Amino acid sequence: MEKRELTCIVCPNGCQLVVEVEGKEIVSITGYECKRGLKYAEDEILAPKRTLTTTVKAEGGHLPLVSVRTKEPIPKELLNKAVLELSMITVKPPIKVGDVIVKNILNTGVDVIATRALYAE
Amino acid sequence: MMEYDIVIIGAGPAGLGAAVEAYEKGVKDILIIERDSYPGGILQQCIHNGFGLIEFKEELTGPEYAERFIEKVNEYGIKIMLNTMVLNISSEKIVKAVNQEKGVMEIKAKAIILAMGCRERPRGAISIPGTRPAGIFTAGTAQRYVNMEGYMPGKEIVILGSGDIGLIMARRFTLEGAIVKAVVELMPYSSGLTRNIVQCLDDFGIPLLLSHTVIEIHGKDRVKGVTIAQVDANRKPILRTAKYISCDTLILSVGLIPENELSKSAGVLLDPVTGGPIVNESMETNIEGIFACGNVLQVHDLVDNVTKESRIAADSAVKYIKGLLKQEGKFINAKAGSGIRYVVPQIVNYDNIDDKVKFHMRPIDVFKNAYISVKSGGREIMRRKMQRMTPGEMILIEIKKDKFLDNDLHPVDDITFEVEVV
Ligand SMILES: Cc1cc2nc3c(=O)[nH]c(=O)nc-3n(C[C@H](O)[C@H](O)[C@H](O)COP(=O)(O)OP(=O)(O)OC[C@H]3O[C@@H](n4cnc5c(N)ncnc54)[C@H](O)[C@@H]3O)c2cc1C
Ligand code: SF4
Repeated sequence: MEKRELTCIVCPNGCQLVVEVEGKEIVSITGYECKRGLKYAEDEILAPKRTLTTTVKAEGGHLPLVSVRTKEPIPKELLNKAVLELSMITVKPPIKVGDVIVKNILNTGVDVIATRALYAE
Repeated sequence: MMEYDIVIIGAGPAGLGAAVEAYEKGVKDILIIERDSYPGGILQQCIHNGFGLIEFKEELTGPEYAERFIEKVNEYGIKIMLNTMVLNISSEKIVKAVNQEKGVMEIKAKAIILAMGCRERPRGAISIPGTRPAGIFTAGTAQRYVNMEGYMPGKEIVILGSGDIGLIMARRFTLEGAIVKAVVELMPYSSGLTRNIVQCLDDFGIPLLLSHTVIEIHGKDRVKGVTIAQVDANRKPILRTAKYISCDTLILSVGLIPENELSKSAGVLLDPVTGGPIVNESMETNIEGIFACGNVLQVHDLVDNVTKESRIAADSAVKYIKGLLKQEGKFINAKAGSGIRYVVPQIVNYDNIDDKVKFHMRPIDVFKNAYISVKSGGREIMRRKMQRMTPGEMILIEIKKDKFLDNDLHPVDDITFEVEVV
């Protein structure tokens, strides 16, 4: 049996989690203080995910960039690819917080949304 | 002269939160003054997530968190004067400000809420020897460039300091295609949140060098590299461990200082440890009717705590205007004892406590399995078990009103917060 130590990153508590793994099966998870930590540990062992936050270029707005994020966490190994994809697009005002900037990024089923407003210059 | 019930200086989360709360508590004649062209304060450039878990039970980015308050401020029709710099505040609560449209103006307030946030410690504050080339930035400045203005400061980067802003920028630079060669930290522990070490450094294989510092910066016109070295227990560099790292950019993330030039002009007394005003349980400074909250009071690691503090300041300002805030009473001093660096509020007026007082503090070191013990005259009035304490994470301790009474049911003179390791 393999023992893996993780730090839960879901909230600032940063609980230290211990996961016992047998082959590809999770045998036990300890150290979490809430259910979100349990879910995090499962995901982290089986398929680690992260929320991506970055920016896209903007034209004709009050700022040259608009900050964006994935609405849900996406597989960790896709982070760099998603940034690359987002670096290709340019948005125009008006944009509101929550507007979908890219639908279903890299076929993850997850949308990329704006996290700030953009006004015409 | 313009007149308002409450004038708030700064439209960051502290100022916006205070405005919303004061409005909801019944004072509607409010003016917020902000020097930037958009409200939100520092949150505008903090595009990463992790904000609002306590406040909104959701994981938001900085701009989204700010937007929730901006929407409320707009909905209530609270006035924000943007692109306006406050120059001076007097102890009579007259605010002098300037903007392009109106020039210099004076505004009389019944109550003032200080919410100017903090600024970064620059290179001068840490005295690194070497030349003065281009390519040295503070982390917050770099954050504004990358996240709002669309410039990359460099390609090969070394970060000095492992506070949250430094850690978050390490990830951001990496995602934007730069190589972060190392994060160098003087102390034997990081002052950042553990979750940020995991998701900003470990995820990308960026080394964190604890007990290390930069001892020389190389390069004439532009940074060419830095020499780093391990430090001993007295934080003196051990020269035989010196190592050269080539890089074109050095990012400094070496701490924040509350922005209190204005507070001083009004005669507000500052705490030498926090760098912010000395306040009482109502977030009131030594000048009657001037309140403080957010990073101008003490540097916070979580914005949710800034919002909570802004509510206390706003509630107190409303009470003050209505004549309900007692200026006389039985005062209790709150002190930092062994293991604790500072305590805010520093003073409690027993007669103003509704139900309990919330104290914020930071430990001086990392402690595991320890207690925070609150004592008064040798008697322990409260004890709280702490799994883990680190200087990077603020501690909140609430004390109920009746705990401030001694055996004869008189309010005590002072209370001291101490760390006890078991
Ligand atoms: C560079 C940086 C990055 C940070 N990153 C994070 C992070 O990632 N996560 C986190 O939780 N916290 C972060 N913080 C901490 C963050 O500051 C607080 O969480 C929170 O934003 C503080 O709110 P505030 O309203 O007190 O200050 P601020 O957000 O700094 O707002 C202060 C406002 O006052 C205005 N102001 C100041 N002086 C004047 C004047 N004379 N006249 C008019 N207006 C004035 C400023 O322009 C500013 O808008 C960061 C802080 C800094 C400095
Ligand atoms: S387990 Fe729950 S409490 Fe602990 S860090 Fe994770 S989310 Fe936070």
